[in-house]
Amino acid sequence: MSLTATSVPRLWRLARLSFDPVRNRPVLLYPEGAVLLNETGKAILELVDGKRTVAEISAILGEKYHTDVAADVTEYLSGLAARELIQ
Amino acid sequence: MTTERPTTLLAELTHRCPLHCPYCSNPLELVRADREISTDDWKRVFTQARDLGVLQLGLSGGEPLVRKDLEQLAAHAHDLGFYQTLVTSGLGLTRQRAERLKQAGLEHIQVSVQDVDPEHAERIAGVSSVKQKRAAIALVKELEFAFTINVVLHRQNLDRIGEIIDFAAEMGADRLELANTQYYGWGLKNRSWLMPTREQVAQAKATAEERIARYRGRMQMIFVLPDYHEAYPKACYGGWGRFYIVVGPEGLAQPCHAASSIPGLTFPNVRDHSLEWIWHDSPGFQAFRGDAWMKAPCRTCPRKSVDFGGCRCQAFALTGDAANADPVCTLTPFRRIIDAAVEETEGAEFEYRQLANA
Repeated sequence: MSLTATSVPRLWRLARLSFDPVRNRPVLLYPEGAVLLNETGKAILELVDGKRTVAEISAILGEKYHTDVAADVTEYLSGLAARELIQ
Repeated sequence: MTTERPTTLLAELTHRCPLHCPYCSNPLELVRADREISTDDWKRVFTQARDLGVLQLGLSGGEPLVRKDLEQLAAHAHDLGFYQTLVTSGLGLTRQRAERLKQAGLEHIQVSVQDVDPEHAERIAGVSSVKQKRAAIALVKELEFAFTINVVLHRQNLDRIGEIIDFAAEMGADRLELANTQYYGWGLKNRSWLMPTREQVAQAKATAEERIARYRGRMQMIFVLPDYHEAYPKACYGGWGRFYIVVGPEGLAQPCHAASSIPGLTFPNVRDHSLEWIWHDSPGFQAFRGDAWMKAPCRTCPRKSVDFGGCRCQAFALTGDAANADPVCTLTPFRRIIDAAVEETEGAEFEYRQLANA
């Protein structure tokens, strides 16, 4: 399930972004599971809205971090897509 | 040894249940209603669990809808920020209760389905239940809950796995858990009636793989081979006291639902102790943490960090010593016990789950 620049990622309907106050980490929660996120992961997932393409998400983050993040964003979202958390 | 934080609390709110499935994961000695802990006890436990780092909450039973305070508990859990799942038979899920649970912030409902064939389903449940389940599923869909169907698999329904999967898709399930019968308590009692044959398991695996690909993107499916049919044991609950806390109707806290079947261990009650103490300090939760308790061949086995020696309850139930390797493991001489059980699939009788002396 590898995504490309033109893919429009959407978070699985059953997953939601949350914050874990005990571990002090953003977390992606879904039935029977959780993925602890870092700030980068959170920044990417906050831009996943079922409308933006992977390229658009990369462009927004690239501007924010002043570097080309396209490869990292594609890889990160593809990893979640392989686990069916991104569709 | 550092103890990780727990991620999941399974709250078995009650053992009362309209169904009598002969593989129920509840203990053989069911807790009666008058021994169930109060609403305030449960709320306190949920708050303590959240403070300990628990992210997932399962509201389970028995049938949790039997508890009149379920909506209150769900609302409290929602305020605390859990991802919560109601694990239900569907019986008792009226429109009013479903709407109240939605208002309370419940997100995810898991409905059990015994079989796709109504006659077989009701034989397993021991009661008329198919119609009520269909009505419950319709409500779950109408109110847009996240929706999982759970089917326990065994010799009597495994040949229909393809139809079962198609049925779940037709019902609009977001997820389908195909859960193999676990042989503890009731399941162990009825093992020879429930145990699938090797041929059935091989056929079911092929069918499941084909359907997983077919429904990808529409319905997420979880199917693992039954442990008796594997070469190595399962990492039971991800390891003893590593992620899970199970609290029973009477407040008994255990690392898994069957732990108190092991003699010599004592488990604390949430009415007497905080969950923090229970998790970090109680002897019961410490008993099989890490690997100091392990015997050969686990002690020096590279797989010990993969499966943690397998299941302690299964080791005790089948070998008489909870510190032995899980007999599923083909690296142990105990494996012959498992092989003999797999051959023994002639049972024609079974016993329904029920209260002792009921």
